[in-house]
Formats: sequence, structure tokens, C-alpha cells
Amino acid sequence: MSKQKKYTREQRGTVGRIESDNPRMTCRNVNVYYGDKHAIIDVSIDVGRNEVIAMIGPSGCGKSTFLRCLNRMNDTIPTCRVTGDIFLDDTDIYEKNIDVVPLRAQVGMVFQKPNPFPKSIYDNIAYGPRIHGLVGNRQEEDEIVETSLKKAGLWKEVQDRLNQPGTSLSGGQQQRLCIARTIAVSPEVILMDEPCSALDPIATAKIEELIDELREHYTIAIVTHSMQQAARVSQRTAYFHLGDLIEVGETKKIFTNPQHTLTEDYITGRFG
Amino acid sequence: MLKQRLMSPLVLILILLCLTGVSYQLGRTRALSVAKKLGAVKTLHSRPVYYGVLTALWCGLPALFVFVAWQVCEPVIMTKLVVAQLPEEIRTLPENRLNLALNDIKNLVSGNIVSSEIKPEIEEAANLYKNLQATGNVALGVVILSLALIGAFFSRQRITHVLRARNHVENVFTFFLIACSTFAIFTTIGIVLSVLFEAIRFFKVIPISDFLFGLEWSPQMAIRSDQVGSSGAFGAIPVFAGTAMISGIAMFVAVPLGLMSAIYLSEYAGKSFRSVAKPLLEILAGIPTVVYGFFAALTVAPFIRNMGGTFGLDVSSESALAAGLVMGIMIIPFISSLSDDVINAVPQAMRDGALALGATKSETIKQVVIPAALPGIVGGVLLAASRAIGETMIVVMAAGLAANLTANPLQAVTTVTVQIVTLLVGDQEFDSPKTLVAFALGLVLFIVTLMLNIIALYVVRKYREQYE
Repeated sequence: MSKQKKYTREQRGTVGRIESDNPRMTCRNVNVYYGDKHAIIDVSIDVGRNEVIAMIGPSGCGKSTFLRCLNRMNDTIPTCRVTGDIFLDDTDIYEKNIDVVPLRAQVGMVFQKPNPFPKSIYDNIAYGPRIHGLVGNRQEEDEIVETSLKKAGLWKEVQDRLNQPGTSLSGGQQQRLCIARTIAVSPEVILMDEPCSALDPIATAKIEELIDELREHYTIAIVTHSMQQAARVSQRTAYFHLGDLIEVGETKKIFTNPQHTLTEDYITGRFG
Repeated sequence: MLKQRLMSPLVLILILLCLTGVSYQLGRTRALSVAKKLGAVKTLHSRPVYYGVLTALWCGLPALFVFVAWQVCEPVIMTKLVVAQLPEEIRTLPENRLNLALNDIKNLVSGNIVSSEIKPEIEEAANLYKNLQATGNVALGVVILSLALIGAFFSRQRITHVLRARNHVENVFTFFLIACSTFAIFTTIGIVLSVLFEAIRFFKVIPISDFLFGLEWSPQMAIRSDQVGSSGAFGAIPVFAGTAMISGIAMFVAVPLGLMSAIYLSEYAGKSFRSVAKPLLEILAGIPTVVYGFFAALTVAPFIRNMGGTFGLDVSSESALAAGLVMGIMIIPFISSLSDDVINAVPQAMRDGALALGATKSETIKQVVIPAALPGIVGGVLLAASRAIGETMIVVMAAGLAANLTANPLQAVTTVTVQIVTLLVGDQEFDSPKTLVAFALGLVLFIVTLMLNIIALYVVRKYREQYE
């Protein structure tokens, strides 16, 4: 383990093109510390508009930590400290006078384990728009619920039982409910932290299909353990290793012709 | 005499314990030697320890059973035998006189002070009793020890590699556990029945509707028919109203304070503050209620009276407000501690979900965390309420005795528990409605708290794990 760490230290520096032609989020020299632990080391990367970027890497490589920096969810962890610049369009989201509340409405997040609120399906969706004052009356609310559920591909399955608790749905439906909930506040970027790791293959296929459709309107960053999934849903892929960003590039290129030996080892299944 | 000493129950038990220990060793070594012959320990059905325990159980349990049975039956049998030997004139005495004579005999046997001078026939009977007891003890000793030895011997003989020792032992322990758990249940049933029967005796004299709906409370009965002020009134409404008011004030204090402090502790407080504040809050629950009682009576009540005086209000020195306030403080930890636990049990994923939607911290707490924790909070509140209703010491010391039917918290009211205490303290005869009414009050109190507990359990169970 320690040997490998040393090895990556010498090889630090990202291979491939970190810039995007049409960037939505720009991250430069991002470092994250958990107390004394240096979890993310000097990572720079762009997230392109209307593209899906996949972040892969072995467990503990920091990909989820990095994802959580993009909407400042790491703020909820008391010992966590972030340095460097992360821009959403032209705003530095780590600047002092930035309020995280509107930021998180712009950069939504879907978690590893489906986490619907203990409310009805309807209220799960309507909750976000209500707190942000996006809806004025019941009719608008109904509309937003319907369109969000339709976008998440869940409308047909739940339209007759909107008043039932969100927890009564199956795992895959719950995860799509969470995606619908995120869409309902019309974010610009959606972060997904291993959204399919708790789901069966059929539910996974539905979510992947959904991600592909969502790309039309949203920018998506997805962390995944499944390389097939990364290959299927993403346009660009970033490979993380022990806190370093090793390689970034077009998904096709990364999976067919990786530049860095570590990336190659991981993709060919030599470790990870 | 020495013989008697040797066979005294305590010595018997000690010998039995030693035998049990020895037979454990016997069983275990036997199992090991059986295993050795067959090759390895794993050829045994169970681990060697279980063979030891099984042998020990066979040695100890039957003997213990006989011992307990004898201890229960001995006095009855002995008395029968002694009475049969008594001279005719004593035997034919009425029952209560006979019991007195028997008491004399027993006192004589155990060397206590005897009420009157000793008659020769009584002394004779006492000697007989002593002799019988000695013989009985020796016989018991012989029976028990031989039972133990036989049990140990046979169960040791039975040990083979196919004996399912573990299953037998586990069956015995399962039975033991069942017995323990039903013990509490049967005790509860016993308490309920005793209260119920006494209450029924009361309701035979005073109709139940007069008791439940009567507006006047003055529990007394005439001893002579021409007595002044002899007419009692057993309408319990003023008493119930008093309990309701004081518990209501207590809940009014405890629910907001407890809930808010729980929210602060679990959501906002830093680790260091929390680790100090939570135990401190829980100390409140450890203060004896009698201490709360004199705090209420000597500090809070005069304070409220003086405060009221400055505003020109007429405050009774035993106001419902004082008792309620202090009781409220007492039950804060029930609410805060339970609520804190359930709020902490709400998964972090739930908070993350709301925060990631752009909800503020207070929105997250109000609209996601509290609703998710609500069943547990309601359960805690109901438990605290039943605690407040049944609380005795504070109200005995700080609330009044007069049964005023009033809605003014500045006046003195009385509660169910206070009335029960005043009715039953001291020497009482349990055959007049004046005392029996206490059981009726107790029954109502029990039913109310039972209902609250059932509702609390139902609420907690129904909505538990809704977020899983």
C-alpha cells in the first residue's frame, strides 16, 4: 500500500486534457483535507456543459469526496477543509460571500443509497420547489410534480399513488424518485454518487437510460464503481487514484487507449 | 443438636452446590474420555462443557425442586401434626384462639418471647414441634443428597458421543428464561387484580357513575348514625381535574423545553458541549422526587405567591402552578433524552437529501428531521405524560388537599395520587368506602396511564423505520 502511494507521488500530475471546450464547472488546484488526512491532492478538471463526466477509481481514491466539493456538501463534515478554486460558470463557489443554499439548488445531488423523505411521493417532489418558492399554487405544483416524474421516467408507475409514502417504492423506483426530486428544483448541474450501487441490473439500466436523456438539459458528474457503466453513460472519464487525478479524457480513448500505466492497470482489472 | 445444625437448610444448599460443581467436572471429564476413545473431541455431538452442565443440572435441579417444595409445605404439615397431638380442649378452640396457641408454640420453638406464662401442654407441643422439625430436616437432607447423587450418577452413565447434551441444556435454559419473563407479567396481573377487586368492593357501596361523574369530593363515612358532617361524597371529578391541571402545566413546561434542548443538542451543539450537557440534563432524572417536592413547596411556591402578590393576584400557597412547574422540570429529561435519541437515529442521508436540494439547516430540521423522528418524540411525550400523571411525591408536598374544582392554576387543587396517599396513610380499616375509594382512584389512574403507554407504544411501533 505505502509503496503504491510512493509510486503515485512520483507520477503525480494529470495525464490527458483537463479542459473542456464548453466548461460548466472549472476546478483548479483543489485540495481537500479531513483533519490531517490529505484526501484530494491538487486536482484540476473541467466539467463540460451538457456532458456526462464519469469519475472512476479504486475505493478510497477520493472520487466521492471530490464530487461532494462541487456543491459544498463537504461543509456538513466538521473536520473537512477545502482549498483551491471551483467555479460554476464565473462564480467561485468557495468564495466567502457565497451562500450554499442557492448553490445547492443550482448543483443538485443524488446519493448512493436512495434517500426519499418520509413523506408521500408527491411531497417528496414538491418539497424542493416549495422551499425555493418556485410554485405559487396547487396547479403549478401538480405540473412540476408531473413533469419531474415524467423526466425521471417514473410517472407511469406512480401516477395513481402519488399519496403513498415514497418509501413504499422499490429501490430502483426510489432512486428515480430521488432523481425526480433533484430535477424538480431545475438545477443546472446534477451530481450522482454511485447512484446504481444499491440497485439490480434492470433498475440500473433504467437509470442509465435516464442519465443519457437528462444530458440534453443538464450537466452531469457521476461517480461509479462500474467501468462498464462509465463507458456506457459518459462522454469524458476521469481516473482518480489515492487522491490524485491521474488521467482525464474522452471516455472512448480512456477505455481503449489509456495513457497512464495506473489507468491501464485499473481498466484491465489488474487492481482495484 | 449437632445433627440438626448439620442438616440445616443453609448447609444443605452449600453441600448441594458443591455436589453440582463436582458433577459438572465429572460430566465433562467423562465426555472427554468418551471422545478420547473415539479419537477426537469433535466426534462428540456437543462441546464437552455441555455434558458437564447437563450432569450438573441433573444433579442440582431435582434436588433443588424437592428442597423448595419442602420449604413451602413444611410449616403446614408440621402444624397439622402438632395440632393433632394437642389435648382436646385446645384443639376444639375457635380458630383465632387456636392460632394464638400455635403462635405461642412457634415462638417457644424459635426462642422468642412468649405472650403469657407457658402451660405444660404448650411446652410439650413445642418440644414435639422441635423434634418433628429435626426429623424432617434430616429426612430432607437424606432425600436431597441421594437425589443429587442418583441424578449425577445416571446422567454421567448416559453420556455417549450421540447424547444431544447441548439441546437438553438449551431447553432447560429456555424454560428458565421464559419463567423469568413471565414472572414480571404475572406480578403485574396480580397487582391489577388486587386493585380491581378492592375497587369492585367500593363500587358495591358507591355507584360507579357517582364516583366517575360526581362533582363533590369529601371522602368520609359516618361511624355513628347521628354523627355531625357524616355524609361523605365520592365524586372524583375535582380530583381528576386537579391531576389533569397539574400534569397539563407540567407538560406545558416540559414539552417545549425538552424538545428544543433535544434539537439543539442533536443538531447544533458541538461535540464537547453535547458531551457535557447531555449527562447533566440526565442528572435531572436522577434527583429523588422528594427533593423536587421540597424544592416546589419551599422555594417555588412562596416565590410564585410573592410574585402574584406584587401584581395584586391572590395566589394560594399551595398553587397548582408551583407543583406543575416543578413537575415539568422533573420530566424534561424524559422528553429531551428520548427525543435526542430518535433525532440522532434519523439517518444522515435524510439530512443530506434535503441539504442537497438547497434546503437551509432549519428547513431541514423542521420539515425533514422532525417529521421523521416524530413517532419517537410522540412516544417520549406520552411516556412523560403518564409519568406526570402518576407522580406522587411532588404533589404530596406541594399541592393542596382540598378538592377544588377550578380552572385557576393559582389556586390549590388536589390530585389522585395525593388523595390515595392521604386516604391510606396511618392505621386504616379496609372495609369502609373511605379507604376503598383509594383503590378505585388507583384503578382509574392505572387505566389512564396504561392507555397512554399503549398509545405511545402503538405510535412508536406503527411509524418506526418509516425512513428505511
